[in-house]
Amino acid sequence: MLDALPLVFVLAGLVLYAVLAGADFGAGLWQLAGGRGEHGDAIRDHAHHSMAPVWEANHVWLIFVLTVTWTAYPTYFGSVASTLSVPLFLAALGIILRGASYALRAGVSTRRQLRAVDSAFAVASLITPFALGTVIGGIASNRVPVGNAAGHLFSSWLNPTSILIGALAVATSAYLAAVYLAADAVRVGERSLQDAFRTRALGAGVATGAIALGGLVVLHGDAHSLFEGLVHGAALAVLIVSVLAGGATLALVSSRRFAAARYSAALAVAAVVAGWAFARYPVLLPGLTVRQAAAPHDTLVTLVVAVIAGGVILFPSLGLLFSLTLGGRFDPHGPPGEPSAEAPALQAMMAGPALGARFAVALLIAGIGLLNVASAAWAHAIGVTCLFAFMVLVFALIVPRAVAGDA
Amino acid sequence: MNLLAAALAPVHQQYLLAARQMQALSFAVHIPLVCFGISFPLMVLFVEWLGQRTGDPVYRTLARRWSRIVVALFAVGVITGTILSFEMGLLWPNFTATFGSVFGLGFAIEGFSFFLEAIFIGIYIYGWDRLSPRAHLASGIPVVLTGFTGSLMVIAVNAWMNHPGGFHLRGGQVVDVNPLKALFGNSFLWSELIHMYIAGYMVTGFLVAGAYAFGRLRNSRPFTRYERVALVIPLTIACVAAPVQVLVGDWVAREVAIKQPVKLAAIEGLYKTTRGAPEHLLGWYTDGQVKYGIEIPHLLSLLAFHSWNATVKGLQTVPPSQRPPINVTRLSFQTMVGIGTLLALLGVIYLAVWVRRKQIPAWRWFDAAVVLAGPAATVALIAGWVTTEVGRQPWVVYRVMPTSAAVTGAGGIPVGYGTLVVTYVALAFAVAWILRRLARMPLDLPDGGGTAPATSPQAA
Repeated sequence: MLDALPLVFVLAGLVLYAVLAGADFGAGLWQLAGGRGEHGDAIRDHAHHSMAPVWEANHVWLIFVLTVTWTAYPTYFGSVASTLSVPLFLAALGIILRGASYALRAGVSTRRQLRAVDSAFAVASLITPFALGTVIGGIASNRVPVGNAAGHLFSSWLNPTSILIGALAVATSAYLAAVYLAADAVRVGERSLQDAFRTRALGAGVATGAIALGGLVVLHGDAHSLFEGLVHGAALAVLIVSVLAGGATLALVSSRRFAAARYSAALAVAAVVAGWAFARYPVLLPGLTVRQAAAPHDTLVTLVVAVIAGGVILFPSLGLLFSLTLGGRFDPHGPPGEPSAEAPALQAMMAGPALGARFAVALLIAGIGLLNVASAAWAHAIGVTCLFAFMVLVFALIVPRAVAGDA
Repeated sequence: MNLLAAALAPVHQQYLLAARQMQALSFAVHIPLVCFGISFPLMVLFVEWLGQRTGDPVYRTLARRWSRIVVALFAVGVITGTILSFEMGLLWPNFTATFGSVFGLGFAIEGFSFFLEAIFIGIYIYGWDRLSPRAHLASGIPVVLTGFTGSLMVIAVNAWMNHPGGFHLRGGQVVDVNPLKALFGNSFLWSELIHMYIAGYMVTGFLVAGAYAFGRLRNSRPFTRYERVALVIPLTIACVAAPVQVLVGDWVAREVAIKQPVKLAAIEGLYKTTRGAPEHLLGWYTDGQVKYGIEIPHLLSLLAFHSWNATVKGLQTVPPSQRPPINVTRLSFQTMVGIGTLLALLGVIYLAVWVRRKQIPAWRWFDAAVVLAGPAATVALIAGWVTTEVGRQPWVVYRVMPTSAAVTGAGGIPVGYGTLVVTYVALAFAVAWILRRLARMPLDLPDGGGTAPATSPQAA
């Protein structure tokens, strides 16, 4: 039970990465496919503004997945990362492009520059989901043996199952993004954008569904044990949930109920990931079960406590970010905050200089004595504290005077 | 379980050096960004707080301008940091596979820090004018705290690699793992953390101040009150931190002397175990001695153990295969100490001028020195990391796992390395471009120049 708990965290992180960062990459794809002219620019701007406040947080889910995996299942992580180094490296390059294009967009002034930056984002949006999809394909089709780069450098991820899941990841990203962007367009009251993304969501949704169902044929031939796992028991049940959620999303988008469609689309993706997990459990890699791969007991306990404690802080924070974003507070023309309340002038904040300076010198001398002359650990701790207090005090003595008025 | 870790056996990797260089490049790109993550948000918040206290629009404009730099550099830091976490598996799968259960928790907690940092940076940046002033200021506080906890976690892992504990090895398997003890029960952690934390303030402080000192030197636009505030705050921080860093550095050196004697010997190029060991400035280590250097008798014993005649262990105490590359370690250490000393001197001059005249130095040479201090501090930062990381070689986990046993068996490392070099060169140009663009954007001050007196709230 404890052995598998981190796996649940990893899979949950993977689902959140897929539905949140996936949508971010999908927005990049729609920037590429936005079309020309003013309408195209409007589509690109909308895709950018919707994602801007949340993209960084969305991408951290991948870091979460990586760190929990290597802490809880070190052997599994080492085997996967060494055999599948090429697609993982490609994904990393795509992530560099995505972040760089985000940073650069803040500085562009001409339309040509904007197009260049958006194209870089779009390329990233193709590479990263595809490469990560091929990684999952390689693992799911038993092509990663246990060991340091024990699998094939290329055929481990260039194979029918990997390419299928890579394509599915790209299509899913585009689909999720179109649904979310349509919902955001409703919020900012842009009817033409809403129509544009509704059409895209319907098209991408049908394409994603077709790839997913057609993919079962590919799995039947290329990864038969995975196929067998998927069509039996709990895996089959959640796959049916996925199909139903996917169909419901299409109906919701079609009837312009985008807000609800966000959640049903995310549910469809989550169910696919869960299906994969149920189909394979308890096997992680050929000859490696969850129990065999799991880290020692104490590490698992500490990790679970850390993740739960982290989650207690994280989820309210994420909730705040999303409620502010989805509530329209961060939209380009959102409602302004309250005006600033006025307060006393800076001069009032100045410490008495002479006394302060003497105290600073005393802290410095105490710090040197305790840190650099004494050798006990407790003395070092107090010494460092004295030095920090010294730095803060000197800063407080100098800055208010140096910045105030015309001194 | 016992059979399996052995399955990730060490392999011969032809390109081990390329793998190490690729990792070093990734760190060298990421670490200056970490400095901004550690210290810049606090500076921005301080300026915003001044603005709220005084109602002076100069502060608000400056905080807003700086916050755009924070977010641009954070975005780049997110990706360079992601690359680092990928490389843990791509380059060193056996390190992660063997010790992930010992050190991995540090990165998991760091991941949460990173998460909260990303969330609240988003709220802070997009919350200007959208949140009440108090809420906006408050939304920046988690950014400051998580910048600290994130670096704490990463340094905890690095300190563990340098001074490992909290586990036992039995037949190539880790047993009796106590991750909390491994990460936080490590006396090596605290000196390293404080050293890095202060370095973060020095690098950011001097780099930011350098930009405004450069403007004053060039005289291309009037040096108004806005520019003065933007110069004084980071410069004061850096100038106070630089002398203190010398004291903290002394503490770190003594920790290294006790816990990693071979690293200390490499730092000096000391072959024979010596009583009252000398220190050589500059020079080149060859055939068991430092040639062409300036010898200062007893200095090494004095620095490492605060004693005139202390015995310092030499490189001869370990076989040649367990010695780090001597000259790289030596020269990077001397680079760090040399630059650090000059920066501390600059800081002392700044403080002395303040004590005597109650104003900041206005000499042209001082401005020129501040302009150079930013890049110099960055070089010292990287040189310091080279000292500790190369000085730890040939071990990835000090005296437990050699780096050659950690490396991946996958091919194509030179291709990956080359690609990363090209990508990071392009990224460097992109960052330079975006910072120039941000610097040229017009200020939204009421009179464009920020000469407004401090006490005219109506001007806002």
